[in-house]
Amino acid sequence: MRNRKIRGLIILVVLLVTAYYFLPMVVPNLPSFWTTKRLKLGLDLQGGSQIQLEVDTSKLPENEKEDAIKTAYEIIRNRIDQFGVAEPLIQRVANQNRIIIQLPGLKDPTRAKNLIGQTAMLEFKLVASSEQMQQTYEAMDKFLQENFENYDYLEEFTDIEETEEVVDVLETDVDSTDTSYDNAMIFTDLTTSHDGYPLKIDYNYISILKKLLKDPQFIQHIPTGLQIALGKEDKNDPYAARDIYILHKRAEIGGSSLDHAFTKIGQGYTAKDKGPYILLEFKKTGAKKFKNITAQNIGERLSIMLDNIVFIAPSIESRIPNGQARITGNFTIEECQDLVIVLNAGSLPAPVSIVEERTVGPTLGSDSIKAGVLAAIIGLLIVILFMVIYYGLSGLFADIAVIVNVTFIIAVMTMLEGTLTMPGIAGMILTIGMAVDANVIIFERIRENMALGKTVRSAVDSGFSRALVTILDANITTLITALVLYQFGTGPIKGFAVTLSIGIVGSMFASIVLVKAIFDGVITNAAKDKLSI
Amino acid sequence: MRFFGKTKIDFIGKRRIAFAISVIVIIAGIVSLGINKGPKYSIDFTGGVSLELDLTPVAEGAQEIEAQEIRDALTKAGIEEAEIQEIKGSEGKKFVLIKTKVVGGEKDKTSIKVINVIKKEFPGNVDDETLIRLQEEVGPKIGEELKGKAILAIFWALLGIILYIWWRFELTFGLAAVAALFHDILITVGIFSILGKEISLSIVAALLTIVGYSLNDTIVVFDRIREDLKIFRKEPYGEVINHSINETLSRTIITSLTTFVVVLSLYLFGGSVIHDFAFALLVGVVVGTYSSIFVASPLMVEHYNRKEKRIGTRKKKK
Repeated sequence: MRNRKIRGLIILVVLLVTAYYFLPMVVPNLPSFWTTKRLKLGLDLQGGSQIQLEVDTSKLPENEKEDAIKTAYEIIRNRIDQFGVAEPLIQRVANQNRIIIQLPGLKDPTRAKNLIGQTAMLEFKLVASSEQMQQTYEAMDKFLQENFENYDYLEEFTDIEETEEVVDVLETDVDSTDTSYDNAMIFTDLTTSHDGYPLKIDYNYISILKKLLKDPQFIQHIPTGLQIALGKEDKNDPYAARDIYILHKRAEIGGSSLDHAFTKIGQGYTAKDKGPYILLEFKKTGAKKFKNITAQNIGERLSIMLDNIVFIAPSIESRIPNGQARITGNFTIEECQDLVIVLNAGSLPAPVSIVEERTVGPTLGSDSIKAGVLAAIIGLLIVILFMVIYYGLSGLFADIAVIVNVTFIIAVMTMLEGTLTMPGIAGMILTIGMAVDANVIIFERIRENMALGKTVRSAVDSGFSRALVTILDANITTLITALVLYQFGTGPIKGFAVTLSIGIVGSMFASIVLVKAIFDGVITNAAKDKLSI
Repeated sequence: MRFFGKTKIDFIGKRRIAFAISVIVIIAGIVSLGINKGPKYSIDFTGGVSLELDLTPVAEGAQEIEAQEIRDALTKAGIEEAEIQEIKGSEGKKFVLIKTKVVGGEKDKTSIKVINVIKKEFPGNVDDETLIRLQEEVGPKIGEELKGKAILAIFWALLGIILYIWWRFELTFGLAAVAALFHDILITVGIFSILGKEISLSIVAALLTIVGYSLNDTIVVFDRIREDLKIFRKEPYGEVINHSINETLSRTIITSLTTFVVVLSLYLFGGSVIHDFAFALLVGVVVGTYSSIFVASPLMVEHYNRKEKRIGTRKKKK
């Protein structure tokens, strides 16, 4: 009896969850919290956004250009696949350095766009010593003092008292106001935040610094072997001042040493240990390099850079032998996940820019979609009718199982925010046909048992238990196929594997658990010696 | 209701005939593939020409054109399987993106052909000055890397199947099941080649579905063979297997029938776009059912008989 109660509970939970996710499909005007997760329709059914990318190969030698575009194509495909956009379309424009991407009705194409556009160049660079920083500051201040007339966008730093910024600054910040009079410390001023912190730049000056860092003259005057880099923006407070780093130009370790990146969630209490972070694992050779560098530079700071932005620059406290590094910081989970995707997919061989973006319609006309749905309903009805005619009351139980299975597939797809395409719908229709199979196997067994003269009770029980082995073996074999295809496949193969897996699990639940429960109920209640099968 | 009582059909005795039929169909497919130099791949694999046209109604009384109308017009002119997407332009403009395979190896001629069809069929929507917005050649949706990955995935899936069946049954069962899968896929691809139908991404999905279906069907028969081999230890191997096939026949036919009916409904009512997809599944259901009765199980008998013979001759030598 106890087992039955547990079974009843499981059935109830599965049915409730299924109903919860399925209802938004058929009932309009549900409260908004209910409809946050929706089944997305694929490019063929709904259309989506089309993004055209250009791979900038102008800086590459002629013989590397073609390969760079090919690599970029594959990497972008990997990123989109890992991002979880099912069934995207990615095509190269032949003989040109452009790639066309179509993404089915994305809620947030900005995220996808950021993901596609990142070069994802990972580098580890040592932070310069304080003397070297001092040198850099002096050199840059001197250079700007001598050349400030060439940089009209620096105007507000040349006569600092006229600008309003300074009025806000507390009187105690004497140092910067005093000396700025003669334009001697333009760079120092630029890289000091309004509340007086050095090596920090206020939000409204970031664009100025970016311009300077692109200026060849300016870069030339940075002391040899060093570079100036900007820190990561804080996604929670994008207008906050950002850090500035002075680093050694030479990268100690590059992205090619990376084996795999993971998103992890820290459980600590301090801000540093709490929240999502990225765990980097190096390949063997990379781990060795990392060990040596950390051993030789204890006390120094090592920065981790992605696309020339410093994400974090912790000081090296001890030698790190296990080839693991952490990037912590004010990450949101989504940001973390996207970075991990980008890191794992590898870096682009050349910068990529979005040249065009627009909305495209579905590849299938509304007629085709209507026809597909009609065909599905006709097929479903025929099967339902057939089962009742052939198996009587038991056939009706099987029909319940089929309907539960179909709603279950749709509900789980909604839960996973999957994408439904025409082949997907067709695959689902096929599962309807196959879903009755488990029931047919069971019913045929029961019929055989009854022909042997067993009582209803024992015919049903032994029919189910014997059929269970068959159903498990048959379904597990197919499930293996689906899982492998999911693991290795991309795009349409992956989508197919998902639908197939859900269908198999759903049909096993429906026929083995649900139908058995119904049978048990009917047999106990009616205490029958006859069964309509 | 019941279609079958107890049957006693001699499937195993007729296996040579079944093998002959399978071999003939497979060879016909392979010959056709040879003549056509491999399967006829769709634009998904080959890439093609992409045209963006401005089809905003210009003439008095001209209507907006539906994607299906354009598809029909192109099919009528011999440009099949075109991919059509509408793009909403600014100020109520209506653009259409048409992608088709290159016909006869010349991309410029293909574009001109498409444009001529559009001009002829929808004169009210064509303004010669602004008609062509963009004309380019696009690469395949499935690049080389993806093809490699897919083939690798299929290899590992097959290996997984063999290993699982080996564990649950015997190695022979696993090999026979995979042989039946190859049989089904070869025949389906062969029939597509003979009929000149294209292999597109959705057809690949259909082929995978066939693999799943056929495997499921085969394992159910194997399961009964495993059970019967334990019960009838003294009976000849071939007879036990024949008995198992007969016992599961009712189930095999009914499942195939329900699946076939559903797919048939797709084929008949599902519209032109999924016609080929449904066709592949129709072929697959028939061939998959056939192979679990006439290929997978008889192969086990063949293997067993050969092993017997080998051991037998050895015994004689001794």
